[in-house]
Amino acid sequence: MKNIIKITVLGILGLFLQSCGNDGSSGSKSGAITSNAAERVYVAPGEHDEYYAFLSGGYSGNLTVYGLPSGRLLKEIPVFSQFPTNGYGYSEETVPMLNTSFGFVPWGDAHHPDISQTEGELDGRWIFINENNTPRIARISLETFETEEIIEIPHSAGNHSSSFITENTEYVVAGTRFSVPYPQEDMAIDQMKGNFKGPLTFIAIDDNGRMNIDFQLKMPGFNYDLSHPGRGDSHGWFFFTTYNTEEAHTMQEVNASQNDKDFIAAVNWKKIQEYVKNGGGEEIDAEYAHNVFDHSTQTATTTMEKKVLTVDPREVEGAVYFMPTPKSPHGCDVDPSGEYIVGNGKLSTDLTVHSFSKMLKAIENEDFDGDAYGIPVLNFDSTLAGTVKEGGLGPLHTEFDGKGNAYTTFFISSEVVKWKLGTWEVLDRQPSYYSVGHLMIPGGNSREPYGKYMISMNKITKDRYLPTGPELEHSAQLYDISGEKMELLLDFPTHGEPHYAAGIPAEKIKSKSKKIYRLDENKHEYAAISESETKMVREGNEVHVYMTTVRSHFSPDNLEGIKVGDKVFFHVTNLEQDFDVPHGFAMIGANTSELLIMPGQTKTITWEPEKEGVWPFYCTDFCSALHQEMQGYVRVSGKNSNVPLKWTLDDEEIN
Amino acid sequence: MKKSGTLMIIGSALLLGLFIFPLWNIQLEAPQYPDPLGMNIYISGIEGEEEFDIQNIDGINHYIGMKKIPTPAEMWEFNTFPLVIGGMATLGALLGILGFFKIIGPKWFLGWLILMTVLGVLGMIDFNNWLTDYGTDLDPRAIMKLTDSEGNPLSYKPPLFGSQKILNFTAHSYPRAGAYLMFIGMLLTLVAWLLGRKSKTMELNKN
Repeated sequence: MKNIIKITVLGILGLFLQSCGNDGSSGSKSGAITSNAAERVYVAPGEHDEYYAFLSGGYSGNLTVYGLPSGRLLKEIPVFSQFPTNGYGYSEETVPMLNTSFGFVPWGDAHHPDISQTEGELDGRWIFINENNTPRIARISLETFETEEIIEIPHSAGNHSSSFITENTEYVVAGTRFSVPYPQEDMAIDQMKGNFKGPLTFIAIDDNGRMNIDFQLKMPGFNYDLSHPGRGDSHGWFFFTTYNTEEAHTMQEVNASQNDKDFIAAVNWKKIQEYVKNGGGEEIDAEYAHNVFDHSTQTATTTMEKKVLTVDPREVEGAVYFMPTPKSPHGCDVDPSGEYIVGNGKLSTDLTVHSFSKMLKAIENEDFDGDAYGIPVLNFDSTLAGTVKEGGLGPLHTEFDGKGNAYTTFFISSEVVKWKLGTWEVLDRQPSYYSVGHLMIPGGNSREPYGKYMISMNKITKDRYLPTGPELEHSAQLYDISGEKMELLLDFPTHGEPHYAAGIPAEKIKSKSKKIYRLDENKHEYAAISESETKMVREGNEVHVYMTTVRSHFSPDNLEGIKVGDKVFFHVTNLEQDFDVPHGFAMIGANTSELLIMPGQTKTITWEPEKEGVWPFYCTDFCSALHQEMQGYVRVSGKNSNVPLKWTLDDEEIN
Repeated sequence: MKKSGTLMIIGSALLLGLFIFPLWNIQLEAPQYPDPLGMNIYISGIEGEEEFDIQNIDGINHYIGMKKIPTPAEMWEFNTFPLVIGGMATLGALLGILGFFKIIGPKWFLGWLILMTVLGVLGMIDFNNWLTDYGTDLDPRAIMKLTDSEGNPLSYKPPLFGSQKILNFTAHSYPRAGAYLMFIGMLLTLVAWLLGRKSKTMELNKN
């Protein structure tokens, strides 16, 4: 009893101090934080989080994996950017992953992750993510958490309204935010209007996840900003927001904001799929890289594709319509039932919600308000389901909890607003710190959202953490949305600039996560599956070293016969078959990254020694008690020396 | 004698479980191995509980200079034990059948049980000798040479039965299904003998 009194007194004292200190600013910083927030985000040591959250890295080019509700960073998966931490984009095996029609591109801008679905529910097979700058779509395995495939999108620019998936993973789409000449050609920039196009690319996904461009829809040269698939009754349709329907080519800040309404493009992809199946469309020249990582050879290959099928939307009856939507809409979000399509008019205080069933009726009644480049524009009022009035300022994105509620981020007024589908009334609002961009509810863009947590991804961090100089990491915030009001539970820093995220219950994927790569399935061309297979092979001035690692030595660990001017390929196979026993490999002076090799994997880096001497290499991962001893030497002799190739372990030659 | 003969047949047939289930199991648990590494000891060889457990046990043991876990070809026991168990099961079943038809008396059952017990004890002694050899016959070039408080080389012998701490590992050594079936089988043959003796006494009394 004494203790309770003590705690109460301390609590009251605390409140008093908080409300007095710093002009009350410390109180407002934590918002209406609930007293037991720590308990609700606490995941005890050794325990697992309830959800995986995959946050895009934005300009890091990568994908980060967090646990929710703890906000703990679990992994960074390299996708579009070189990653010296494990050699991705440096190793001979993974360099092809970053090939494009523009050559090797070492960096990317990763935006919108989306998890594969079956019948509108997350199935946890793969996660897709788009690259905005050099248009590409990547597929990442959720068994290995590695990037398996990257396909470039030809004739596109600003690959932003991507990479969203239809409800049976039939297609992943890639839109165009910066309309461009189609195909590219030299022309005066001020000739944009009417001459540029904004292609929407539909990439078919086969049962193994393999991506292939099925068709490209040659749309008018607007900016296609974001998109989402229909689901349930609206399955078969895809919705894209547009802005710059003014087709301004300069000072877009002003010139692209003149029209009161832009459009949401409604695309009946099933109709176009049928049209294409029956021989419709025109095959045109294109050049794009298709990079595939093969798990058996552990090597990526690049295929340069030369053709793409283009479809003029006006050629397919009833395939594409425009729904006028106010104020340069950004996010284009479809509710779990598939009936409501939310246009987040980013220069407005209101949200416009279209009705899918009303849209169908308007199409049937030909309730048109003219056309844009021959594509029918539906009457605004005839598709309008409702307007969320005075939600805030600057709506960007909306997610759903599966209980009839929607949650919208407002960038300018820096808040998340909860509102009700159907009645359009605002139910709750919570400030975000600061200037929230995307938000994510696990499964929030599927038929089955898991409406327990929501995270907001904020664009401005400022004073939320200890200061770290002018450049800061971004910040995410976790809210409990299981009750009537949203409750802010946690801030956590994120890496790069997350644009959107995807979340999934841990149960759906954690048991499928691989522990090792099997050595007996390693079909790498230069793998040594046992120490007895290790060797050196000279081909002209190229020397291939077949090397192995096991706790705690390399085989071979003494190499002689390398000459100045040689190009040495270290093909390192990790012989371990035990969970979480990687080995690293680093060579002094190599103009590349290290290798981090998981059990059963083979990875390769090259080294071109320029100086004679005896040069050490070592294991970079503290693999075992004898890790410090895990090193070796390479003897480099003069260009014209006669030192024969010799590779040994424990002074014994390996045969 | 019918009941007793039947029990004898069942009891000795339970020995055959040793061809399907492991006799013994040794698990190695450590902070870094929350899922313990484990080996199942069958009468015909040693297998990892998980596919790569043997390889990983060998990998860890090389630091302290222990030999690799033997393959069936490297130990005569793995060829002999199946013959002995198969032979004893056949013999027991045969005795059971003969007892069932009252061709032989129950003392033969006791004879079988005594023989089986002697062989079992010999097997355990042999197993313990192997464990001792495995845990103490270490590579003189071992990476880690540890000694006890009196300066003698540390023994890494896993216990024959029970749990014991060895450096960072705790070794758990316990019988498994094959052994339990064998014990039950032997118990049944004991019951067979007792029942047989009782029915024989009753028959004598009748006469």
